[in-house]
Amino acid sequence: MSIVAARTPSPVVPVRQDVPAVEVRDLRKTFRRRDREAGRFARRKPWPALVDVTFTIARGECVAILGQNGSGKSTLVRLLSTLLLNDGGEARIFGHDAFREERTIRRLVNRVSVEASFFKKMSATENLSYAARFYGMTPRQTRTAIPAILEQVGFPAERRGEAMENLSRGMQQKVALARALLTSPVLLLLDEPTTGLDPRSKLEVQDFIRQVRAEHDATILLCTHDMAEAETLADRVGILDRGRLLFLEPVEDVKRRYGVETLEQAFFAATGRAFAAEHGDDEDDDRQVLA
Amino acid sequence: MSRLTSTLRSELVGLAGIVERNVYLTKRYLLWDVAFMVWTVANTLTIVFIARAVHVSPAEENRLATSLLVGAVIWAFLGIIFELVTETVAWERWEGTIEYTFMAPISRPVHLFGMAAFAVLYGLVRAAILFAAVVAFIGLHVPHANFAGALALLAIASLSFMGIGIMASVLPLISPEKGAQLGFIAQGLMLVVSGVYYPVSVMPDWMQWISKVSPATYALRGDRAAIVDGAGLAWADVWPLLVIALGAIPLGLAIFRAGERYAKRHGKLKRSG
Repeated sequence: MSIVAARTPSPVVPVRQDVPAVEVRDLRKTFRRRDREAGRFARRKPWPALVDVTFTIARGECVAILGQNGSGKSTLVRLLSTLLLNDGGEARIFGHDAFREERTIRRLVNRVSVEASFFKKMSATENLSYAARFYGMTPRQTRTAIPAILEQVGFPAERRGEAMENLSRGMQQKVALARALLTSPVLLLLDEPTTGLDPRSKLEVQDFIRQVRAEHDATILLCTHDMAEAETLADRVGILDRGRLLFLEPVEDVKRRYGVETLEQAFFAATGRAFAAEHGDDEDDDRQVLA
Repeated sequence: MSRLTSTLRSELVGLAGIVERNVYLTKRYLLWDVAFMVWTVANTLTIVFIARAVHVSPAEENRLATSLLVGAVIWAFLGIIFELVTETVAWERWEGTIEYTFMAPISRPVHLFGMAAFAVLYGLVRAAILFAAVVAFIGLHVPHANFAGALALLAIASLSFMGIGIMASVLPLISPEKGAQLGFIAQGLMLVVSGVYYPVSVMPDWMQWISKVSPATYALRGDRAAIVDGAGLAWADVWPLLVIALGAIPLGLAIFRAGERYAKRHGKLKRSG
């Protein structure tokens, strides 16, 4: 068994080379949801967010999971980032059980979500320092690492001390990317990282994701509802529909399988429904209902 | 560096990060803190002025006012600890950082201890300012006060308060909407049975029994003795505080761990309420 050290700050976590980066087998998660129309005192009903999801991601691979709002993408990301407990099945990250070896997993994984999520009154540098300390990075280390990573994501040096609340969404998302990369994760979970960004910021973020793949030894799981983004960034694309993973294959194989020319058509062929026409609740709203 | 040393070092850096973050936030919200301090001083004055309305000799009035002041200061101190520790969850949820903090590789005890340690330090500074401001405003005389003894006892009591604060901090995890307010209920209940403005002996027997397991009882009694009479640290106050702390801290951590698992099971460990 060959082992290398994850580039996370201390303490070093051994990363096995002989296992896939991510192994998910029959993963299930069910929330209980109150039917809004049935009234305040109605009993909550089980609502499956993920149903027997199975897939693997090889080390260094970039895989995109496509799905509409509420399809279970964020639930999958939150399960893999130790923020949710499963109801069945298993998930392994570099051979470590995601639900039993949480602290090891946390050293290997970081994420960027649709909301940048920062302390709004604190500056980019202060927010990154706070995040880095949790990964064992000392002030001496962050003094040089934070300006370097911010420069890498194209964040203007003169705005490093400005409160996050004064920055645009695009700027905030760049800081979010910097936060994720600062800790050198070997698995990067991207949950709709470009949703809501203007076209220019979106391209910048996508370029940066390509750069991360090229320069860092990171495996990427990209969850998105942007089919073009998935097609351009990922080695393989899967579609998650109402908690079920319909397939996970290279884009060309998907098109060939359904005899179609686009992923939209493939989605229609697989589900009988149009991808763009459905706009269910935002997944966060779903979680609110489910909570 | 051995794995253990490396882990320990990493945890200490994480703990320092929590304190560092709270310092940043305190600086950014400094004017709000000043406004809150003014409110706390005004609130305390409404209590201490009661001593002026009781027609007793000036010496007894001074003694009564000082005794009331000690109660108000400890109420404020406890309020800060409960507020900040409870915010471990509530504030992070409001800012949207909760998912990032809870998926970070820092142990939960260190995370909670960092929040509680800052709360105690910050609470002690505020308590000292509050005490000095009210003493100056009313013109109280505390010639025999043993401040070092009072502070030492408050520091010892803080261990128990931290444990109880950690228990309360799980409430926003279970109830995102109302959990934080429930923490204040816990604070009020603890102080009412602990003789915050009156001797424990005036309460019904059953309340006096409950007061024996409240750390605030011993903090109030010992600090009143230290400030009013200049008494030193009394073992009779110290040992119950240590015993309660020995129970409260592990119990607080266990309750938080159970609450976190519940939140992960039910999808409540998330950004929005």
